[in-house]
Order: sequence, then C-alpha cells, then structure tokens
Amino acid sequence: MGAVIHPIPSGTRDVLPEEMRELRAITEAMRGVFDEAGYGEVYTPALEHEAVLRTGDAQAARPAYRLFDESGQVLVLRSDMTIPIARVVATRYADVEPPLRLCYVSRAYRAVRPQRGEAREQLQAGIELVGAGAPDGTAEALVLLCRALDAVGLRGYRVGLGSAALYPALLDAAGVTGAARRKLLHELVTRDFVGLEREVRAAGAPEQLLRVPQLRGGPEVLDAAGEAAAGLRELHAQLPDDVAGRVIFDLGLIRDLGYYTGAIFEVYDSALGVPLGGGGRYDDLLGRFGRPLPAVGWGLEVERVHVALVGERR
Amino acid sequence: MSGLTIAVPRGALMRDTLDVLDRIGVDTHEVRANDRKLLFREAGIVTMRPSDVPTYVEAGAADLGITGKDVLREQSEREVVELLDLGYGPCRMVFATQDGEDPAAEALRRLGVMRVATKYPKIAARHFQATGRQAEIVEVKGSVELAPLTGLVEAIVDLTATGITLRENGLVIREELFASTARLIANPVAYRTKAGAIDRVLETLRGG
Repeated sequence: MGAVIHPIPSGTRDVLPEEMRELRAITEAMRGVFDEAGYGEVYTPALEHEAVLRTGDAQAARPAYRLFDESGQVLVLRSDMTIPIARVVATRYADVEPPLRLCYVSRAYRAVRPQRGEAREQLQAGIELVGAGAPDGTAEALVLLCRALDAVGLRGYRVGLGSAALYPALLDAAGVTGAARRKLLHELVTRDFVGLEREVRAAGAPEQLLRVPQLRGGPEVLDAAGEAAAGLRELHAQLPDDVAGRVIFDLGLIRDLGYYTGAIFEVYDSALGVPLGGGGRYDDLLGRFGRPLPAVGWGLEVERVHVALVGERR
Repeated sequence: MSGLTIAVPRGALMRDTLDVLDRIGVDTHEVRANDRKLLFREAGIVTMRPSDVPTYVEAGAADLGITGKDVLREQSEREVVELLDLGYGPCRMVFATQDGEDPAAEALRRLGVMRVATKYPKIAARHFQATGRQAEIVEVKGSVELAPLTGLVEAIVDLTATGITLRENGLVIREELFASTARLIANPVAYRTKAGAIDRVLETLRGG
C-alpha cells in the first residue's frame, strides 16, 4: 500500500507532534525567561507594506516574497521582526515613556539557496529593548540572551561580540574614504581576508585595518583596537561573569542587515556550522519611524536551537 | 595535531596541501600511503574533490579547508571565511577560442550572441555581463576543449596552468579573467569558537 504524495514547496515542512512538543518546550522555556524579565509578547502581521519595511532598511530587509493585494499595493512576507516592532513602537507606543520591553515568537520568511536544507519559513524568538542606550541596555539584552539559552538547556553555546561602528571608526581614523573605503568594506563583508590584504596594500592604508578585524578572543583583543573599541570595553565591564565567559570578542564581526549602529552579536554552538541567531544595537532605526530612541534586540532561530540541542545531547 | 578537521582537495592540489599540513603538525603519513581511503579520523583529514571543499566547510563538517580560488569564485555565495593565499597551484581563468579569426567575435557581430562552454557557469556569466556581451553559457562537466572543436560552442571559459592543453587543441587565449591559487578557508562558526587553534595554524603558515 503506497501513500499518495502531495508535495509541499522546497524549503518548507510539516511539523508533527513529536517534534512540535520539543519545539514547544524550547519556546515555552524562552517565554518564561522573557516574562520574568518584564518583556511583553507582541504579534505583528506576517504581511507588511513593502514601503514600511523600506523605511527601516534600504533593502526592506531583503524580503523574498512580494505580492499585490486587491488594490494593487505591494505587500511582502516579513523577513525580519525588528523593523515591524520598530513600526509598532513608533505608532502604537508613541506617547509611552521608555524603556519598552517587547518580545516575540513569530515566523519570518526568507529565500533559500538550493541544496542547503535551508528553510523558507523560520520560527524566530527574540526581544527588543527600546529606549535603553549603551552599555546598560546592551548588557541587559546579552544577559537575557544567555538566560534564554540556559533555560532551553543548551550547554556549549558561545556569543560572538563585535561592533558595527568599529571598522568604520578605524577607517575614519586612517582617513580612508571613497572608493578605497568601499573596497575594504566589501572584502570584510564577504569575509575575504586575502582580498582585504590586497586592498589594504593597494590603498596604502595602515596595517591595523588588516590586523584588527582578524582578532577574535578574550577581552585582551580589545586593546589592539584602541579608542575604536571603547564601547565594547565599557560593555564588557557591565557583563556578569557567566555571561562574559560565553563571549568571544570578534573585531571583524559584520551583520548582514544595514540598521545596526553599535554592538552586534551572533550565537554559535559547536554542534552546528551556522549561527543560531544574533542581534545588536540599532540606535537610528526608531528615528526613521519618527520616534528617535536608542534600541537593542536579538532573535534566535528556534529550529536551529533545536538542532543544536539534539546535537549536543548525541 | 591541531584538533581541527581539515578538508583536503584530491587531485592537483593534494601533494602541496599535504606538505602544508605537515608544517602545521598534522600526521599525513596514512593519507600519503592510502589513495582510496577518504576519511582519516585520527589526523582530522577528509579528502574530496576541490569543488566539494566549500560545501563541507560551510556546513561545518570540516573546520578548515583548502581549495582553489577558482572554486571559491564559482561558489561565491558560500558562507566561508577566506583566510590565506597559500600560493601554490597557480593557474589562470581564461576565455579562449579557436586559432585564426576569432569565431566568438564573429558570432557576436553577426548573430548578436556567442555560445560559451565552461565548467564555471557563474564566473563566465558574470564576466560577460560585466563586459557587456551576450553569451549563452553551456555547462559541461569535463574536457571543455572539445566543445568548440565540434561546433557545440564558439568559445570556452576554463582554467589553465600551462596552456598546453589549449594549444594542443588549436585554441588561443583571448582574455584572462583572473589568476587563481590555493586558499585556506574556515567555517564561520569554527573561525570564532576555535579561534585559538585556527590562529596558531595561520601563524605557522605565515611564519614559514
């Protein structure tokens, strides 16, 4: 007897009860941590106006799926939760005294690259802390990140910590502008240190621009970046020991979304070859929606946390 | 012994790669002695086709890998960290057509499009797009030189070290796209979580 197979799109999947129970255990553990820390859960629509997302990011956080509604407006399936929440804060909490503590457990939608087992639809769990600046707000967000992962039961995770402002500050200090600056940033974004060395030499730029972004390790690596790492040093001083012990400073860390302004972070687990999630400071994003407030947030991909959890226990 | 898993390319880059591994203290005796075996758990070595190296490294099945820049350019969407130019395995990515009057130029002039055979469809497509020429890319898996001789295409884009195979098949190099050498790459997660071990490898290789 053969079952009739009705296909679903590549990169999507059905979740059956056994897996669903395990995913739920993860999201409930995270919700417990969010709740205890005073973060209120919000839900925003999966469909947004493309123009609104574009307000937050020039590429509208690169949505993969666009459609027309019945009146011809362009809608997108959100690829990111941070911009929708920035919109909510600016429109629904316009008169509320900051700080605002919000969290979500929602699905986001991305394009997949073929044959990588990537998902078009991911369950993301995360927080946004609006109206709390650096370093206090960033420290609170990082502590909550570790508490959430601890509550889930993940043991071997590490947090890569860098700053979106660090390399630009080094470029400013070295007076690298225009085309040379764009080339250096391109090599860094594409993680090509052979190319970075070539461009640093071609621009006659100081050796520091090649050496500093390759530094990863404990707080001692911050010394090499001097004044440009002052923000990360202040942040490090605010972290409790157990959280600081999870941190790997990475002075070349870059996130692929354009709205980050300060500290940025990624979560790693040795059981998985890709990051579990990440986040950072976005102090200019709320201003673009008309309510200038500093903010920090992060999101974890629940399915990846699950894979890491299964991998760690194997 | 570095404690790292390293993806090693079989073929032209293998011998030099094993010499590099000797320098960083990996025991390569068993690999050198055994041509059929693919996985050497003790030494932390997995051997594979050069074009598979980015796949294993991106997924984290290997922490480090060694492959040609040609492979990295063709698979530029792979999320790997390019750490070091190892210098060996020098070759060039070239655009070549049959000797005499350039048949590709004639095709472009009279038909508006040329047909190009290659094992590197993305590199070729990007090159002709960047230089404003219409090209129909024909992907082949082996012996690219055969394609223009049989009338399948007017031109090829291929990797060449000495140019001898091209010459023997009556082909001449019309353009050079870029030069390629062996590169050391890392998985982005291992690059952070195993930073110490990876930096020691880099120090040794830069120092020698």
